[in-house]
Parts: sequence; C-alpha cells; structure tokens
Amino acid sequence: MSSVLYDTPGPRAKRRNVVFSVVFVLVLALVAWWVWQKMGDKGQLKWDLWEPFTTSEAWTTYLLPGLGNTLKAAALAMVIALPLGAFFGIARMSDHRWVRVPAGAVVEFFRAIPVLLLMLFANEFYARSTDVTSDDRPLYAVVTGLVLYNASVLAEIVRAGILALPKGQTEAAHAIGLRKGQTMTSILLPQAVTAMLPAIVSQLVVIVKDTALGGVMIGYTELLSARQTLAANYANVIPSFIVVAIVFVVVNFALTSFASWLERRLRRSKRGTGAVLAPDTVEDNPAAINGSYGAGTYA
Amino acid sequence: MPSPYATHPEAREIVFDFLEGYDVLGAFWMTVKLTALSALGSLIWGTLLAGMRVSPVPLMRGFATVYVNIVRNIPLTVIILFTSLGLADIFGMTLGASDFKVQGFRLAVLGFIAYTAAFVCEALRSGINTVPLGQAEAARAIGLSFSQTLRLIVLPQAFRSVIGPLANVLIALTKNTTVAAAIGVAEAAYLMKSMIENEAQTLLVGAVFAFGFVVLTLPTGLFLGWLGKRMAVKR
Amino acid sequence: MKLRKVTAASAAVLALSLAATACGSDKKDDGGSSGGGGKIKVGIKYDQPGLGLKQPDGSFSGFDVDVATYVAGKLGYKPNQIDFVETKSADRENALSRGDVKFIAATYSINDERKQKVDFAGPYLLAHQDLLVKKDSNVTKATDLNGKRLCSVTGSTSAQNIHDTIAPKANLKEYSGYSECIAALQSGAVDAVTTDDSILAGFAAQDKYKGQFKLAGLKLSNENYGIGVKKGDTATLDKINKALESMVSDGSWKTAVDKNFGPANYKNEQAPKIGQIVK
Repeated sequence: MSSVLYDTPGPRAKRRNVVFSVVFVLVLALVAWWVWQKMGDKGQLKWDLWEPFTTSEAWTTYLLPGLGNTLKAAALAMVIALPLGAFFGIARMSDHRWVRVPAGAVVEFFRAIPVLLLMLFANEFYARSTDVTSDDRPLYAVVTGLVLYNASVLAEIVRAGILALPKGQTEAAHAIGLRKGQTMTSILLPQAVTAMLPAIVSQLVVIVKDTALGGVMIGYTELLSARQTLAANYANVIPSFIVVAIVFVVVNFALTSFASWLERRLRRSKRGTGAVLAPDTVEDNPAAINGSYGAGTYA
Repeated sequence: MPSPYATHPEAREIVFDFLEGYDVLGAFWMTVKLTALSALGSLIWGTLLAGMRVSPVPLMRGFATVYVNIVRNIPLTVIILFTSLGLADIFGMTLGASDFKVQGFRLAVLGFIAYTAAFVCEALRSGINTVPLGQAEAARAIGLSFSQTLRLIVLPQAFRSVIGPLANVLIALTKNTTVAAAIGVAEAAYLMKSMIENEAQTLLVGAVFAFGFVVLTLPTGLFLGWLGKRMAVKR
Repeated sequence: MKLRKVTAASAAVLALSLAATACGSDKKDDGGSSGGGGKIKVGIKYDQPGLGLKQPDGSFSGFDVDVATYVAGKLGYKPNQIDFVETKSADRENALSRGDVKFIAATYSINDERKQKVDFAGPYLLAHQDLLVKKDSNVTKATDLNGKRLCSVTGSTSAQNIHDTIAPKANLKEYSGYSECIAALQSGAVDAVTTDDSILAGFAAQDKYKGQFKLAGLKLSNENYGIGVKKGDTATLDKINKALESMVSDGSWKTAVDKNFGPANYKNEQAPKIGQIVK
C-alpha cells in the first residue's frame, strides 16, 4: 500500500500502523459498546419495537407511501426547476446587459435564501391567497420552495456546463453562419445537457434530502413525517428513526452512485467533447475545484 | 422623487408595525452564533476526517470514507432531530445544559458539525489532490513523515486552493442553520414561522427574513471569493 | 449524425420535463373541486392512539373516529363512504372554511377565537389538560412542575398554558408530535408530558406503554371537544347536533368511550349536553 503522501511502509512503519489500527478499533468498539449498552438500558433493543419492520404492513401503510411522497415532491421539483434553471442560466450569459443583470440578481437572491424559509413562505402564501386544498397545500409549498432554490442552483450548473464546452464549438458554429440562438439550441445546449447529467442527478440527492424539511416544518406527509404516524402506532420512536435514516441513505447512495457511474461513462466515451461536470459541482457538495462553478461564482 | 415617508410620516409606522414585539435581531444573532460555532467545529472535525481519508492506516481511511458517505446521504433534518431524540433523550448526552433552550442550541451545533464536516472533508480532499505530486515527493525525499508532510507541506497549500469551495460550504451552513427550528432553537426560521402565521403582512415578513439572509451570505461569498483569488497558489 | 442523436435525446428530456410540469399544473386545477360522488370527507388526526390513529391495515381507530363514523351514518353515509383525511391542528380552520372536509372530529376544543372562523357542533367530550407521569412519580399538583422537565407539542395551547400561568419556571421541551414526548418520558429525559388527558390516556393505554405511566388527574383546563363545520353551514350543524344527542341516548357514546378509553383507566367526564360549554 503506498500513496504520494507516504512511503511504502517498512517494518517499523508497519508496526506503527498496526498499533494505530488496534487503538482505533478499540476506540470504535468502545463507542459501539456504549451505544449498545445505552440502547439496551433504555429498552430500545427489544425485539417488539423492531419487529414491525419485518411485517409488510409497516411498509405498505406508512413508509412506502411516505417514500413515494418524498420522491414525488423531489421529481416534481426537479422537473419544474430544470427548464426554469436552463432559462435563467442562459439568460445570465446573454450579451444584453438588461437580460443578464436581472437574471443574475434573481439567481443570486434565491441562492442566498434558505429553502426552509421559501417553503414556510409558500405554505402561508398558498393558504391565504389561493384555493389549493389543504390536502395538496403542503406538497405545493414543498415543491415551490424546492423549485425556487434549485432552479437557481441549476441555473449555475447549466451555465457551468455551457462554459465547460471547448470554445471551438461556439467558434465553429459561428463560422458556419449559425446565429446566437441557433448556436445555443443546436450546438451548445445539447452537449451541455450531457455534460451536466451527473451534476443534475447529484442535485437530486440534495432535493430528496430537503423534502424532509417539508415533513417536519409544514406537515407534508413524506417519509420522515410518515414515520411519526408509524411511531404513534407502534410506540417505537428511535427504531423507526433509524430505519428511516437507513432508507434515506440507501436511496441517496443509489442516486450518488448512479451520478458517478454516469460521470465515469461520459468521461470515457469517445463521442462528444469530453466535457463533463463532476457530480460534486453542486452547492451542497461543493468539492469542485476545477469546475467554473466553485470559486469563481462570486467573483 | 420624495420618499413616501416624507409626505406620510405614519406610513413608516404602518410598514414596520408588524416587527413590534418580535426579536428579529435576536433571532438572527442566534443564526450567526449557530453558524460561527458550527463552522469552527466542522473545520476542525472535517480536517481530521480528511487526514484520516488520506492516512496510511487502512482502517482510518475506511472509517472516514464510510462516515462521509453516510452523513452526506442523510437529510440534515434527520440528523438534527436525532441529536435531540437520540443523543439527548436516549443516550443522556445533555452537553452540560439542563435548560432545554441551551441544550437544544448545543445539540444543534453538534448536529451541524457532524453534517458539515463531511463536506469540509470532501472539499479538503479534492484540495489535497490539486497539490502537485512533486511537493509530497520532495517532502518525503527530505525525510518528513506522513503527518509532517500533511501538516507542513500539503494541507497549507490545499487550504489555500479550497477557500472558494469552503466559502460555499459556509454559505450552505449559514442557510442550513434554519433546520435547528425543528428542535425549537429560536433562530430566524423559528421566528419567521410564528410571525408569518400570526401577522397579516406575509410578504413583508418574508422580505425581512430574506433580506437578513442575503445580508449574511452575500458578503461572506464576496469576501471569501476575493480571498480565494488572492490566496490561490500560482502555478 | 451523432449530434442529432444527442439533440433528440435532450429534446426528449426537455419535452418530458415540460409534460411533467404540465401534469403538475393539471393537478392544481383539479385540486379545488373535492367531495361528491357519494363520499364524505371527514377530518381526523392520524397519530393519536385512542382518538384518531391510522392502523397498520390502513383503517382508523379511536374515539374521534367512532364519533365521526356515527355522525356520518346519521348524515346518510355508510362507513365505506367515509373518506378520512388527516387534518393537522394548524390546518383545521382552513380545511373547513375552504370546504376541503365536511366536518372535523380531531381533538378540536371549542374556543372563542376558533368560533369566529368555524361553527362547532357538540361538545361531545369534556377533556382537561393534564400531566402524564411515570408510575412512581410524586408530582401531584401543578406547582410541583416548577423546575421540572416537561414535554409538549410545539405551539400547542397546553405548552402555552404551562408557560404563561401554570408553571412558568418549568423547563419545557417541545417536539412536533406526542409520541416523541412519550418516548422522552419513558427514557427519563423529561418528568412529565402535558396535553389533554384524553390524548395522554390513549398513549398510556398502548400495549408497549401499559402499566408504565399514570395520569396526574390535575384538570388544569377544560377542553370541550366539538365537531367543526364550515361557518354558516347550520343545516349540517343541526344534523350533527341531533346525531350526537342520539349517540348519547342510544348508548353508543358510552360504548365508544369504554372501547377507546377503557384500557387506560381514564376517568372520563359524563357525556356533555349539546351547546353546554364548560369554561
């Protein structure tokens, strides 16, 4: 085992690594043991608290409909935010100042505001000024909040995606006499969409996670608040919490893995320009160094 | 154009009447405190995690990888609720506070640190990847150990190159502190929820809180963006 | 050729997203018109054992549910024609005034503020704010609570009462649901949970909690549960009042009380007279 940061361990380093490993394992084991002990003390390990999750009813009555609502809100938000984001992203790159500046202001404004605030506001707005039924209102409020925020994030992703394309694409398009609009719609956008796919999928993870806010704060019956109804019935607050957390991890991990698989595939493929936006170009996961999104956004 | 307030002095009162009886500044101060403490904590814990992720001990690498991948995929709301329902209620971690208001604040900070550190770790790790191989090789050649190489050579350069991404993490954190409302910490979103339900001027309430967050996040972004450019290692 | 494929693909993505957007807005249009088709929509709680609880098989149980079913029966709806929808506390007035539900039986206390927005049939149950404590607890009066750790639901009137009058020095923890409070009580993180005794009794009677808790029996307030109907809908209001009267007189009321509160050893009040509100 070797890396740039350290030499291939010799006998002494190997010994030292073993000592570190053992100490580390001991610490982890101690923590695990303490957690287990405490859970046992508080009666959280009793099988009848966990047993409901082995029945199909707990899933079909509570959790799966909740997960369905989570995914529904996430999908709706993504699907509405995508065209909006594309619109603002392109508007922000316009040659006309009077298009570019307002679009930039809108994007920066909604990126600066917490999703929760947008959801709370939308919820109250729908309750007072529209006739959305009280059944549907939480969904609308959640989706509205998510759309406003994510459209502005996606606008930046679209912009980064287009900027990531080689300059030659635009120049060639202009050389064969395409106008600006044509260049955008038939040359740049189609390629940018492909380049953006991983980033978009990974933004979906952020959206899925944010739906949970709607569950706790404005009563949308997504996975996390479906858990509340379940726990009222089976009296298992902590176990249900852990199960729901695992469901979230599984769903989001699947999405994350899909995003990186997409990225690898797109990078490998010989077709296209090879421009790909890494999945982590996204706000909540801003590990991007090379993407034009990261540091340059505010400059 | 003369201000409308000049001709109708009472207009000012009507416009800002709804703020009366609410401690808006206090709520935003709470947001700032949550952000500052969580940022500090997650910077430390995130750096440690990043160190583990590139360390020569396979177990530590494994632990940090698993930690980051789990925490990143759990909604922050779940983590924050868990600090209260799980850590405080079941594991008895009251963090030295018997008053539930104080306890909620400390638990929320702990939750934010646990969550944000995963993103700090990822940002740092990719920062480490931008440091040219020659730097680490030279460090090893002059006989520095792993921790010396990391501490003295690689991390200082990595930090300088990730100021931009870390600024984004900080901005995301500032906005994420609103989730603390879920366990009753009286920060901005908590106050806005009750104000927007009780006051007639929905739009004004929304505007005040939106403005507050723009004021908090925009200068941070601008300043750190500028700093990032200045500090960037020229290669 | 290649380019074309990609263009087609992205066009498909765009079309798809537009179509889905359209779906979303379609739903918006239908949302307004609800009810009809020989069904009645009734608002209940989903997460309160003993009063309104969604059970694993998807059916509903509890005292509010039984009352609602009886009343709907008198209005001419068979049990399978009732659509129970969840009405969270904050949503109740709105759901009625917009006509999303015909009536609401969801631990809905009659008070002056609410009476300005909705009309109330009943009351059909007199409950009191009370404390749920551990079996061996020595809390016997409200002032014992000062300095004690207490749990209630965020923004509830019970929490407000404790804070304002009953025990201002109590250390109050707030969750979004009662089951979280009960779990905290069980683990010893709080000393008492406070809300209506009827709700507390429902939790205390659950199999997993049986024998662990007791009600302190303090009667800290009077909560007259009524059935909420849309403001001005006197026709429905009268029918529901008649239905409630006959529910008491034919013994169904007592049966429902025994069935839902019996196991909790909850000393319920006598059936209240219609229109008689205990202040």
